[in-house]
Amino acid sequence: MRVIERALFVKAIQELLMDSAFHLDKKILDKIKEGMKQEEKLLPKNILKYIIDNHDIAENEHIPLCQDTGVAVVYLSIGNEVFLDFLIEDAVNEAVAKAYTEGYLRKSVIRHPLDRVNTSDNTPAILHVKQALGDKIEIHVAPKGAGSENMSRMVMLPPSAGKQGIIDFVLETVTLAGGKACPPIILGIGIGGNFEKVTDIAKEALFRSIDDHANNPIDAQLEKELYDAVNKLHVGPMGLGGETTCLAVKVNSYPCHIASLPVAVNIQCHAARKNQAVL
Amino acid sequence: MKTIHLPFTEQDLLNLKSGEEILLSGVLFTARDAAHKRLVESLDKNEKLPIDLIGNAVYYVGPTPAQPGQIIGSCGPTSSYRMDPYSMILMRKGLRLMLGKGDRGSAFQEVLKETKSVYLITVGGIGALLSKCVKSARVVAYPELGAEAIYELVIEDFPAIVMIDSTGLNVFE
Repeated sequence: MRVIERALFVKAIQELLMDSAFHLDKKILDKIKEGMKQEEKLLPKNILKYIIDNHDIAENEHIPLCQDTGVAVVYLSIGNEVFLDFLIEDAVNEAVAKAYTEGYLRKSVIRHPLDRVNTSDNTPAILHVKQALGDKIEIHVAPKGAGSENMSRMVMLPPSAGKQGIIDFVLETVTLAGGKACPPIILGIGIGGNFEKVTDIAKEALFRSIDDHANNPIDAQLEKELYDAVNKLHVGPMGLGGETTCLAVKVNSYPCHIASLPVAVNIQCHAARKNQAVL
Repeated sequence: MKTIHLPFTEQDLLNLKSGEEILLSGVLFTARDAAHKRLVESLDKNEKLPIDLIGNAVYYVGPTPAQPGQIIGSCGPTSSYRMDPYSMILMRKGLRLMLGKGDRGSAFQEVLKETKSVYLITVGGIGALLSKCVKSARVVAYPELGAEAIYELVIEDFPAIVMIDSTGLNVFE
């Protein structure tokens, strides 16, 4: 049994969140640069150039890439040999409060969807906890902005809709989102499970590396087809037309009921901030 | 690239053409969801507004807090469609230039055309770069709203794109 102290746990999550505001994963940035080279028209090319220049400024001067520093989404995978003598949720929220206050990040969380009073420290986080084998904790964080989250959708399709039904729903979602989701986007797609599971796996898909492929060959094939179909929509950077609508499509699947075909499309904007560490 | 000096003139607005890339310099007021709600509530009560709608532009933004030594934090645009119901009321009271990101609803576009107003966008998710175009920032109303307060910004060479011009022509369509 390995004991992990609360202070160490809090500090790790705080630092991951603060650091994530200032830069992108290099692979994501490279995809944006690739997109810029592909664009022939001046407007989409200029927009992608602004996005790349913004990244340089953010990284060098420690200014958040985007003013929407989001809701803190935290995934924990906790080893079965790890002993924690504190409440995980409390410790995660302490880390979020410290990160957003000490890190000069925007507090975007309100205490109730109707009275809309700001909680002033960006708590609570959206927390997902899983168990794994071993004596370590794997932490993944993503400050998720509302622009792309607001354009995300889910549907319970009839099984007869099949693959084409999924493709149609994804394309409709990206078209409706247009410039509002801040393309070029990354798509996290969940298929299967049930009403809540499908959105959970869609979100989890956004935490995958931008250059990986789904293990399941059906999902991997769907990723490829969707990537091509989405880019053929020519929504383009900021919805003003162009070749670069999505940087990647990630499909995660799960078993489901004989009568169901749940589909969730979680959109991630180009400011696809995420961070990870192992304790 | 053409520069528009804010506050703008009637001719400035009429000269803007859909799809055109421009630069903005001068005074700009920020307001997003909560500030728009307050402004419209004030109009309902016949109260004087904290900003003059005539000749001034409104930018939909809620910046991150400025770090010590900074003028403003990251300050890119938020999605404009959420402001549509409020913007339609404000346009009828004289607001004619708005800056945000993303497309607007059809009801908004009708009022925009009727009032010969203009909708500009800038690139979403480039708040660090845009913060460099802000030369001063001060809160002029609703400080209790934090990032959602109304700020008066003095900007220089702030990049924008004309989305919907005063004739109602929309690049998105």
